[in-house]
Amino acid sequence: MSKPRLGVFKFSSCDGCQLSLLDCEDELLAVAGVIDIAYFPEATRADDVGHYDIAFIEGSVTTPHEAEMIQDIRARSTALITLGACATSGGIQALKNGADTAAFIDAVYAHPEYIDTLDTATPISDHVTVDFELRGCPISKHQLIELVAATLVGRTPQTPAHATCIDCKLAGHVCVMVTQGTPCLGPVTHAGCGALCPGYARGCYGCFGPKETANTASLTAQLAVNGADRRQIHRLLQTFNANAPEFRQEAENHD
Amino acid sequence: MTATATKDVTPVVLSHAGLDALIAALAVDRQVIGPVRRDGAVVYEPVSSVADLPRGWVDDQAGGTYRMRREGDRLFGYTVGPSSWKRFLHPPKQVLWRAGDGAITPEPIAKERFAFLGVRGCELAAIAVQDKVFLDGPYRDPHYAARRAAAFIVAVNCTRAGGTCFCVSMETGPKAAPGYDIALTEIGGELLAEAGSDAGGMILSAVPTRPATQADLDAAAAGIAGAEAQMGRAINTEGLADLLTDNPDHPRWDVVADRCLNCANCTMVCPTCFCTTVDEVSALDSDATTRESRWASCFTTEFSYVHGGAVRPGAKSRYRQWMTHKLGSWWDQFDMSGCTGCGRCVTWCPVGIDITEEAAAIRSDLEAEGG
Ligand code: SF4
Ligand code: SF4
Ligand code: SF4
Ligand code: SF4
Ligand code: SF4
Repeated sequence: MSKPRLGVFKFSSCDGCQLSLLDCEDELLAVAGVIDIAYFPEATRADDVGHYDIAFIEGSVTTPHEAEMIQDIRARSTALITLGACATSGGIQALKNGADTAAFIDAVYAHPEYIDTLDTATPISDHVTVDFELRGCPISKHQLIELVAATLVGRTPQTPAHATCIDCKLAGHVCVMVTQGTPCLGPVTHAGCGALCPGYARGCYGCFGPKETANTASLTAQLAVNGADRRQIHRLLQTFNANAPEFRQEAENHD
Repeated sequence: MTATATKDVTPVVLSHAGLDALIAALAVDRQVIGPVRRDGAVVYEPVSSVADLPRGWVDDQAGGTYRMRREGDRLFGYTVGPSSWKRFLHPPKQVLWRAGDGAITPEPIAKERFAFLGVRGCELAAIAVQDKVFLDGPYRDPHYAARRAAAFIVAVNCTRAGGTCFCVSMETGPKAAPGYDIALTEIGGELLAEAGSDAGGMILSAVPTRPATQADLDAAAAGIAGAEAQMGRAINTEGLADLLTDNPDHPRWDVVADRCLNCANCTMVCPTCFCTTVDEVSALDSDATTRESRWASCFTTEFSYVHGGAVRPGAKSRYRQWMTHKLGSWWDQFDMSGCTGCGRCVTWCPVGIDITEEAAAIRSDLEAEGG
């Protein structure tokens, strides 16, 4: 069996998720042994041509060029997998959705005429069929390795969609919400990071996006009981997954 | 380590130095796990002396809140916190077998030898529940069995109850029932110690103690009676199993579903919840695979997923399943209650959903209807 061809593509993003792939140091050697990394601008100089067995997409669609490019990659790929919050829900740049993009451009750039952007930052799944989405801002190295290992043997990756609270309890962390009243999005956030923030006595800020059956309204009601005001609750939900419906809706309820 | 025969049943009294000697004696061939203060809570971790214990600290607990504060000088003035002995006997993750090169190798049976210091009545009852689950049926868990057989239990009778405790209703505390090797009750600056097994009697006779007086026994009984009078919660168990099982469509399930986050904290902290799932962990560069079990929860979609979707799609059916299992169908399954009244699920629920309040609400509605 010939080695599967992998392409790693960057859309509007910070490169953090691709760097997580590079950060897999030791494991990457094993990956390089079983996968033909055909296109990965962060790591190789190969040209983007031909068919990909696996295409990893980082970033959201925020320019007309990207909207065309994703169609082309989809047409040339067997499994198209998104990496991270930008590709999966739009990322922090989706804060511009619903705002006045032209005014932002005028305020930020010395030469607004050079900027060619869409009014929205949208997830890849708004444009093409996505075979698997890996959450996180950035993605977790552990989940990435699981994704590659599972894809190679042809099984579904184990990336449970349950609450971060489960991972928090498995790790033996003490709940910051119950012991300190710290606002924590863990109960509505997709697991995957191993409850990193509560492990450092901080609340989860939802970088893996909504979990399955997220009850965001009940959580925000409790955050208010614990002393958070509307503005804090709004801001808590308007970060890396601002565009995820379960977070956006509840943020709007706290406008 | 919990044979019922005892070598020496005469209670003795340990000073703090005596307790240090007990810990040292246990540490000779076991890892001693006890209460320590970490990140604003009392959790169970390795201890090596009395100095590691949360002396002079107590907790205030209510639905969704837990705060520690200083009070008195007791070693065991706190009540149960977020961790339970389940973490050691039935750990969050357990490798079951490894496969590769065409062979399957079962994981060697667990070898840990624990001594648990500070097991409360509700917790000893919870260990008895998990014994039934893992040891009595046709599918014994050999890792649990090995850890359990090697464990030495130092129980502590509560002399202070917490805001979410309801062991009196569940008849599991505040005095620990038999099943311990040694039971301690804090009296002033000392500890009354009673052996509950030969091993317990032997180790007590090997550490410095003094004989207990009637005044010591009275002080211990008064302390336990004090905790009994302090129960933060109560639940009426009369006919409760049928009440829940017979009312799957009671409107209260919708009320609780509106609040429930499906976050599974209640099941993670519950000392009797035993459900697990299995994950395959594949190597990248070979056919090696590890099969691991990990704590699961009936509050997830994955738990009841069958082809085409989840049998319990949301909070209403999940909370109902959980509560009905704890207080009702556990009786049919194991001939005992699945709830020991420790109150953890109430305290550690981020939105403070309270199993005692839910049970009372369903009961009072039905009684008001004359049902
Ligand atoms: S700290 Fe946050 S993630 Fe952890 S259990 Fe509490 S609410 Fe859940
Ligand atoms: S429920 Fe009872 S036995 Fe358990 S900690 Fe509270 S008082 Fe002690
Ligand atoms: S159901 Fe709640 S109170 Fe009962 S044993 Fe479990 S955690 Fe403790
Ligand atoms: S309540 Fe749920 S998690 Fe706990 S033992 Fe029952 S089915 Fe399992
Ligand atoms: S009852 Fe509380 S702890 Fe349990 S799943 Fe619902 S919100 Fe989470």
